[in-house]
Amino acid sequence: MDRRFPFKVLEHIFSFVDSNEDRNSVSLVCKSWFETERRTRKRVFVGNCYAVSPLKVARRFPKMRSLTLKGKPHFADYNLVPDGWGGYAWPWIEAMAARRPFLEEIRLKRMVVTDECLEKIAASFRDFKTLVLTSCEGFSTDGIAAIASTCRKLRDLELRECIVDDLGGDWLSYFPETSTSLVSIDFSCLDSEVKLSDLERLLSRSPNLKSLKLNRSVTLDVLESLLRRAPQLVELGTGSFSDELDPEEIAKLTKALSELKQLKSLSGLWDLLPEYIPLLYSLCPRLTSLNLSYATVMDLIEDKGLKTVALCCKELRELRVFPSGADLDETDVTLTEQGLVSVSEGCPKLESVLYFCVQFTNAALVSIAKNRPNFRCFRLCVMEPFAPDYRTQQPLDEGFKAIVERCKDLRRLSVSGLLTDKAFEYIGVHAKKLRMLSIAFAGDSDLMLHHLLSGCQSLKKLEIRDCPFGDTALLENAAKLETMRSLWMSSCFVSFGACKQLSQKMPRLNVEVIDEHPPKTRPDSSPVERIYIYRTVAGPRLDTPEFVWTIHKSPEVGVSRLSIR
Amino acid sequence: MISELEMGKAESELELGLGLSLGGGTAAKIGKPGGGGAWGERGRLLTAKDFPSVGSKRAADSASHAGASPPRSSQVVGWPPIGSHRMNSLAAKSAREEEEAGKKKVKDDEPKDVNKKVQVGFIKVNMDGVAIGRKVDLNAHSSYENLAQTLEDMFFRGNPGTIGLTGQFTKPLRLLDGSSEFVLTYEDKEGDWMLVGDVPWRMFITSVKRLRVMKTSEANGLAARHQESNERQRK
Repeated sequence: MDRRFPFKVLEHIFSFVDSNEDRNSVSLVCKSWFETERRTRKRVFVGNCYAVSPLKVARRFPKMRSLTLKGKPHFADYNLVPDGWGGYAWPWIEAMAARRPFLEEIRLKRMVVTDECLEKIAASFRDFKTLVLTSCEGFSTDGIAAIASTCRKLRDLELRECIVDDLGGDWLSYFPETSTSLVSIDFSCLDSEVKLSDLERLLSRSPNLKSLKLNRSVTLDVLESLLRRAPQLVELGTGSFSDELDPEEIAKLTKALSELKQLKSLSGLWDLLPEYIPLLYSLCPRLTSLNLSYATVMDLIEDKGLKTVALCCKELRELRVFPSGADLDETDVTLTEQGLVSVSEGCPKLESVLYFCVQFTNAALVSIAKNRPNFRCFRLCVMEPFAPDYRTQQPLDEGFKAIVERCKDLRRLSVSGLLTDKAFEYIGVHAKKLRMLSIAFAGDSDLMLHHLLSGCQSLKKLEIRDCPFGDTALLENAAKLETMRSLWMSSCFVSFGACKQLSQKMPRLNVEVIDEHPPKTRPDSSPVERIYIYRTVAGPRLDTPEFVWTIHKSPEVGVSRLSIR
Repeated sequence: MISELEMGKAESELELGLGLSLGGGTAAKIGKPGGGGAWGERGRLLTAKDFPSVGSKRAADSASHAGASPPRSSQVVGWPPIGSHRMNSLAAKSAREEEEAGKKKVKDDEPKDVNKKVQVGFIKVNMDGVAIGRKVDLNAHSSYENLAQTLEDMFFRGNPGTIGLTGQFTKPLRLLDGSSEFVLTYEDKEGDWMLVGDVPWRMFITSVKRLRVMKTSEANGLAARHQESNERQRK
């Protein structure tokens, strides 16, 4: 007797299961659930493009409408991954174009995307709606023009911090006059000027536009004209905020800003002049997200400024504060730990923070933890490596202990400053929901790594640079690595021999040694520059450049396991 | 001359941070945050000794220190962890501020538009015969000689007779004087490939899109160094 639910019933039930984690769990229950789930999954997320082959993904999910992929390791953002390492989008685009022509959404992060990829997308997916490229590179504005001109139903076109071969602002004029479907557009990372009239017309005919992120070359004097045409915006990234405006222009701009009744997120603000800050006050009460990355004006973004933020932005959920150029060179700064303490006191909904600061104290961290136990993402970058608590000269162990003890929902953490193994013992013991951890210039010994790998149950991504440990902890906790997406270690004390051993012991991990100047002979005891380890069911990748070593390349080991699948 | 053996020896001194002269020599090329010129630096583990204690006045900024002073936090590759977009933005901003403060001297023969804000940062460099492209931060350089030095270190490091360990670069520059196997070329904003060195530096950095270290034998199609340079400068 067939005790299973009919497919139609299961299908209906699964339609309520949204998150990919839940769907992954569902698919492990039994064969029929696996089959039903895979036939109904619409949104596919692949956190590491080398963990699985494009062909397998295309075949497994016949109804997929949305694909999200991530390529290079996170530290590639800071120039720690040499060019040419990998993360090519092409094999994925090609596989999907051939098998899944109803794909509507593609989101790529840290991948190499060429104009050919973009042209292929434009040509292959008839109902294509969403393209989001984050920290990608390899394409030019020609590729963007192809998307704009060909994808009739385009809703989202977002280029977030990409490195684009910018051939000019013409791409914007390629949106056909008939296209009215745009919901979000982000070209903040491009340099060239777009034609104002093209932009105005696009805004005028896009009643559904919710998110507009301009680039720096859009000057302040034209902002009013743009905002007038899009008062329904929920997210705004302004262009440059530094032109001199006359009183009449200021009045018009103030009015236009106050008309943005739905605005929740504000960014851009390049070169924000202090005298223009009051213009933004009308927006503050509703803001849930404030990104001051480019508003690097010493006069504004100091503790005083953050106190103002704390007072005005009661709905704030996310805050990012970057250093101004001066912070990087001088010790006299007016942005200190006090700024973050103020914001943590004043903004009850704050859950995500990225904060750069020259120095910090344990007391401040303890206050912050007490004020805001609801942090989900806490990234503190004390820019001075090994900087202790500047009042007590103690390591910042106790401060971070307070953070992980109190913030029970912490998912992502970046630590900095002077830290001993104790800090990592605390993290291992308390940070049970932590998924991603970034560490630099910290710890004393192997114990540090051991605490993390044996303690943090939910750990999925660990990235470490310039820390003094190596082989023992790595090899002892090898099994843990299969439960994680990836581990990155650079400038640590990992030996080549340990890499070989790990590769042999764990066939379902790809162990990559990335060494720009590999020595001619590599004794087992020699330290490696960078190691990137990730779990995979796709086997060794076939597109490794010369400077990436994997065990499959090494004749020394005597086992050649490289096979073409 | 850096032999394999010496590199290995420096490695073993990692934990004491004593390899300062080696570290200093390589760190000397990192002038600005992001350290675009520091590719290939061996994984030298920096310890607390390498950084002056917080609160003390730091040593005067000097990108070409001979290696005796420890590297500053802004001179370590990829630290502080700020993405290249923001680095470019910060570098361009400080370049503008310096201009406004009148610190930069403007040469008489430079056209006026050079005073506009300079929005360059990391650009790609490829070399014939080398599969891996690099990136170099133009803002960290002040002259062609500077740039050529960085590029030579990037691509020729490890060859006998190239750079000294202590950061004293006494050998003649090969990329700019046409005497070696390679020449330095660049693609400008109009898509033309030209030999580097013909226009004033400030003009160069506003018009360069990317660089290529080309075999001299292949560079014949480009305008020769001393011909037509007048024409180009009139642009």
